[in-house]
Amino acid sequence: MTVNRRTLLGAAAAAPVWGALPYRSARAQAANTIRIGVLNDQSDLYRDISGPGSTHAVRLAVQESGITQTGVNVEVIQADHQNKADVGSTVARQWMDRDGVDLIVDVPTSSVALAVSGLVRERNKVFINSGAATSDLTGAACSPNTIHWTYDTYMLAKGTGGAMVAAGGNTWFFITADYAFGHALERDTSAFVTAAGGRVLGSVRTPFPGTTDFSSFLQQAQRSRARVIGLANAGGDTINSIKQAGEFRITRGGTKLAGLLVFVTDVHSLGLETAQGLVLTETFYWDLNDRTRALTQRLGAMPGNLRPSMVQAGCYSGVLHYLKAVRDMGVAAAKASGAEAVTRMKAMPTNDDAFGEGQIRPDGRKIHPAYLFEVKTPAESRGPWDYYKLVSTIPAEEAFRPIAQGGCALVRS
Amino acid sequence: MGLEDLLFELQMAMPQVILGVINGAFYALLSLGLAVIFGMLNVINFAHGAQFMMGAFVAWMLLAYVGIGYWPALLLAPLIVGAVGVAMERLMISRLYKLDHLYGLLLTFGCALVIEGLFRNTFGSSGQRYAPPREFQALNLELGDFFLPGYRVWVLIAASTICLATWLVIERTKVGSYLRAATERPQLVQAFGINVPLMMTLTYGAGVALAAFAGVLAAPIYSVHPAMGANFIITVFAVVVIGGMGSIMGSIVTGFLLGFLQGLTEVVYPPFSQTVVFVIMAVVLLTRPAGLFGRA
Amino acid sequence: MAEASVVTGAAAARHEEQGFWGFTRAQAIAFLAMSAVVVVSPFLLYPVFLMKVLCFALFACAFNLLVGYVGLLSFGHAAYFGMGAYITGYAAKAWGVPPELAILMGGAIGAALGLPFGWLAIRRSGIYFSMITLALAQMVFFFCLQAPFTGGEDGIQAIPRGTLLGVFDLTADFTMYWLVAFIFLAGFLLIHRIVHSPFGQVMKAIRDNEPRATSLGYRVEQYKLMAFVLSAALAGIAGGTKALVFNIATLTDVRWTMSGEVVLMSLVGGLGTVFGPVVGAAVIVTMQNYLAEFGAWVLVIQGAIFIACVLAFRRGVVGEIGNALRVKL
Repeated sequence: MTVNRRTLLGAAAAAPVWGALPYRSARAQAANTIRIGVLNDQSDLYRDISGPGSTHAVRLAVQESGITQTGVNVEVIQADHQNKADVGSTVARQWMDRDGVDLIVDVPTSSVALAVSGLVRERNKVFINSGAATSDLTGAACSPNTIHWTYDTYMLAKGTGGAMVAAGGNTWFFITADYAFGHALERDTSAFVTAAGGRVLGSVRTPFPGTTDFSSFLQQAQRSRARVIGLANAGGDTINSIKQAGEFRITRGGTKLAGLLVFVTDVHSLGLETAQGLVLTETFYWDLNDRTRALTQRLGAMPGNLRPSMVQAGCYSGVLHYLKAVRDMGVAAAKASGAEAVTRMKAMPTNDDAFGEGQIRPDGRKIHPAYLFEVKTPAESRGPWDYYKLVSTIPAEEAFRPIAQGGCALVRS
Repeated sequence: MGLEDLLFELQMAMPQVILGVINGAFYALLSLGLAVIFGMLNVINFAHGAQFMMGAFVAWMLLAYVGIGYWPALLLAPLIVGAVGVAMERLMISRLYKLDHLYGLLLTFGCALVIEGLFRNTFGSSGQRYAPPREFQALNLELGDFFLPGYRVWVLIAASTICLATWLVIERTKVGSYLRAATERPQLVQAFGINVPLMMTLTYGAGVALAAFAGVLAAPIYSVHPAMGANFIITVFAVVVIGGMGSIMGSIVTGFLLGFLQGLTEVVYPPFSQTVVFVIMAVVLLTRPAGLFGRA
Repeated sequence: MAEASVVTGAAAARHEEQGFWGFTRAQAIAFLAMSAVVVVSPFLLYPVFLMKVLCFALFACAFNLLVGYVGLLSFGHAAYFGMGAYITGYAAKAWGVPPELAILMGGAIGAALGLPFGWLAIRRSGIYFSMITLALAQMVFFFCLQAPFTGGEDGIQAIPRGTLLGVFDLTADFTMYWLVAFIFLAGFLLIHRIVHSPFGQVMKAIRDNEPRATSLGYRVEQYKLMAFVLSAALAGIAGGTKALVFNIATLTDVRWTMSGEVVLMSLVGGLGTVFGPVVGAAVIVTMQNYLAEFGAWVLVIQGAIFIACVLAFRRGVVGEIGNALRVKL
């Protein structure tokens, strides 16, 4: 018994040592190896939209890039940042400083993404962000080493805000999660609503995190008699507000719900019975066209039995393009300077099954079309995961914030 | 603002306040379970949120895998989760009774992490849906602009009934008197031939079953989600403390009261509605250290 | 971090002599070993990881000062830690304050918050004390969420580490490490000194038998308040240092989960032991770091370790070692 206990104690005491050791011992053949670190939320809120599915998508990109046939090794590692900026930042530093990681992908949660972007720039590596929403990544905080791949708050606001007014939803009320992301979404969307001739009748700020019942806020929204209730929140907050809007029949008088950040996995979780009629913007939908369907097929069984989200598609697309640039410029050059690799990526047009043709702007914004979808009714849906019907397409040039307005220091030169 | 405006505002706030009280039903049920466990076992059950979540998940699993609907689940899920609670008590918690509160809290905190982690690994993070049974539509209330879904009315009825029944059992029955006696003088009660350890085990199981019952009630309203209990737990702790640790009536009344106040805050200054409970807790503790209903 | 020393010092340190600075012989050996580990480890291990360990170790020591020696379990220490981080970060970034001053400002805000909060909270004891500290900390969280200077959930980003005393450029991890190591060791010794001063003796007397301390004529409230303020100030310094190390200050640092984490660190290491919080911080930070690769299993593994700790190693790592060797560590 005592022996056992001591052994265990010894193991516990040794714990500090394991963690700090380099994760991978094989550092010798590093020169010909590209290391990709997928850093995201594997356990919390964003697990289903990024998480292990992103790693899965990155592995497919590596395989399809064909780069391994040219004698280059590619290693993919992953870690959970637990949505904490300090955890994410420790992992990112360790990856780059000790494990020779050349590219960090995904990173949902704005605070972590901004921190990682700064670190990657200091070390001259590459950061392809797919998961975070903040448009600061290509604005005030833009970096020559960072590409913001999939979406951002500006695009969401414009897609849903602008297009809804055009479709007749000219009076708005916002239910806004009370934190910077929610505020940014509300502010940006309000601007598009007013610019398009609509009016914002009011808004209510809901405590974040911790709000589970939105019925009171929904009633306040209903009392304003706005034609559109904008949900400037994400994840569980959005799911609960939509669910409770259904319960309280908020939409029975023709009021529309506009989800400013809704992913296909959220709709799956809600079910069509509840989510029908919801309007939202995404840049990728698995059933959009032949190419996206082909990609979904090739991705095969995603973790958790889900279909790919736009964040996961972004990870695929970003890594594929990066590896193209690596092939083009050579492994040594790509490893030597992340900024050079990003410059090369910007110089090459993108083309893949996830987002079709596109390009990367000097400020690091990857642009591609965005799509305004409406969630189908149960009767309209023809099979599993048949959730969206396309309302309108916003061309790539219009979908994102004009480069001059972002205030990115890279652009002036 | 004139008095008339204020009155008008208050009138408009009525629906919100009603909704707040209904949310208070969840606080009351959850804090009641915590109070029962604390009163009897002297353990602060941090796993209560996870057990609430398990209740909702078991209801969902019963429907998704076995095809058992809402009504049987309302009985079955608390029994199943309560049995898990009994096992937890026998295997782990029972070893801690003689120690400081802190250890019970930390142990159950560890349990909560394990349970939540396992559910996240199995069911992902976006949550499962559980539709409310159709029959509740008969209870739908429509008062002008204000629409109150029948299911919420049912939540209020069910939660109040269970709360009242629990109170009656503890305060007015023989079993309850044994329980109360065992809390005060366990050795003496044991000497009278009552199996105190068994009673403690069953009490923990019952407290957990209450949490699971709240979970089944919540399943159709919130998305059935691994973190659904973690959102509640800190607020519910505050409720128990405000009511007076271990006070049965205190936790019930405070639960509803807090729902009412939160409903008001959601109209007056929404961003503050999750913080208001802590302000009340600080004020209550500084003026009435044993809580509103506690014995000093 | 002190385990190695325990083995070597085991045979010698059976007696509890009061030696250097109030250390017993075993503690003195453990302290020297810990200092040696602090000095040598950056050459072997990753310095940023070590800095994180040291920041949390100081935080846990500050917390332990209150719970271990005064018997007050605060469940709101994140407030001082997090506000320390925000103030240091803001001062360094927005006002260009040099790092040494910025960190001191972090400590000052900790003390400034600790004074009124402590004044309110020490009126109660036991679980009620914990709950008041939690309530007050939740209000601080609300303030941080709302106040514009904290940057909401994006936090304060890109905080410059600056130049220490106008001479040492802290952007190099190694230079920063020595500063952090100095702050940690200074804080650790300060706490130890306090605990073994006459003031500390009174604190322990209060913990063990408060009515008796009162009857002996000690103004118990004042002692408690001073311990509270000191603990809060050191927590603020730890938070401020962490903000400089990572260049960020975010809401994670003020959330109640952070208050919970520091309780766990102290428990895993050993409540009321001198070295326990340090070891506990090392274990927990390592777990977070190392388990990051295990994805969602982090929660399960963490939970299982806590259960094991409570059921089998209630004295914590250091407490169990000390018990096995019959020395106080």
